[in-house]
Amino acid sequence: MVGGGGSGIAAMSAATLLGMRNGIYGMQLNALLRPTGWRKYVGAQLTIDESTATSTGQADPAEQRRGFWAAGIGIYVLWNLFTAVGALAGAGLGDPRQWGLDGAAVAAFLALLWPRLKGREPVAIAVVCAVATVIAVPFVPAGVPILVAAVVAAVIGWFSHGRSDEGLEPDVDPYREHHRHDGGHGGRHDGGHHGTVPGAGA
Amino acid sequence: MSLWFWLLVACALAYAWKLVGYLVPARFLENPRMSRIAGTMTIGLLASLTMVNAVASGQSLAADARLGALAAAAVALALRAPFLVVVLAGAGTAALLRLLGWN
Repeated sequence: MVGGGGSGIAAMSAATLLGMRNGIYGMQLNALLRPTGWRKYVGAQLTIDESTATSTGQADPAEQRRGFWAAGIGIYVLWNLFTAVGALAGAGLGDPRQWGLDGAAVAAFLALLWPRLKGREPVAIAVVCAVATVIAVPFVPAGVPILVAAVVAAVIGWFSHGRSDEGLEPDVDPYREHHRHDGGHGGRHDGGHHGTVPGAGA
Repeated sequence: MSLWFWLLVACALAYAWKLVGYLVPARFLENPRMSRIAGTMTIGLLASLTMVNAVASGQSLAADARLGALAAAAVALALRAPFLVVVLAGAGTAALLRLLGWN
């Protein structure tokens, strides 16, 4: 942005708008992982799209924790390392898009979403939020379309009364609902072998 | 000098957003309605992140090789491919389409 001739304050405003969604992630992860002491402050630094998605995609609390820290630390280290490599090597590397790296990101986020689409309602929510995002892109600054989708999803969650075992389980305690409904995790394991994450909640 | 100042402000604010989220007491999310919203919001955010990465180019929409990546990933997922295979299918398809001249 600055390279394109923008002012410092404009770049700062755009970055802050872009980072707003991390506050929502922080709120979810705090309830999910219950970090204490210094972990709260280090965890906050590592709270990004990828670590949140990796963590909330898991059903098992230990895996949720592992997913968050592995993705968070892994990306923090590699992101900075390769930014430095890019800055030093410069144009010698060519366009990263040539390697399809942006396509990898698309695929990764779809793969994290996929296991949750187990019924009509989650599919409908995903479609509505995807459409809302695409409509919002041309009208608001980058980063804000994601917030628009978050608000749409929150409104749907506030007013809906559907079943809670269709990928919409609470992420605070992913096991509670299943114990009540089928008294065990038989169904969970069956699904797990097919790469789905039943009971993953959010 | 002024640029460095705004850069540092941006860094501080970026961290502040995240920390504010962590400072919201967990019990605030511990009722059925908030749990449900956490569920719908995760689906909404993942759907949104998928679309932003697939079609957004700054503040405009673009139909480029990333759409091919999205389709390839969907096919791989429908075939129950493991996560890593899905990601590789997305990257490979985007790279291949660009090689063929579709940006």
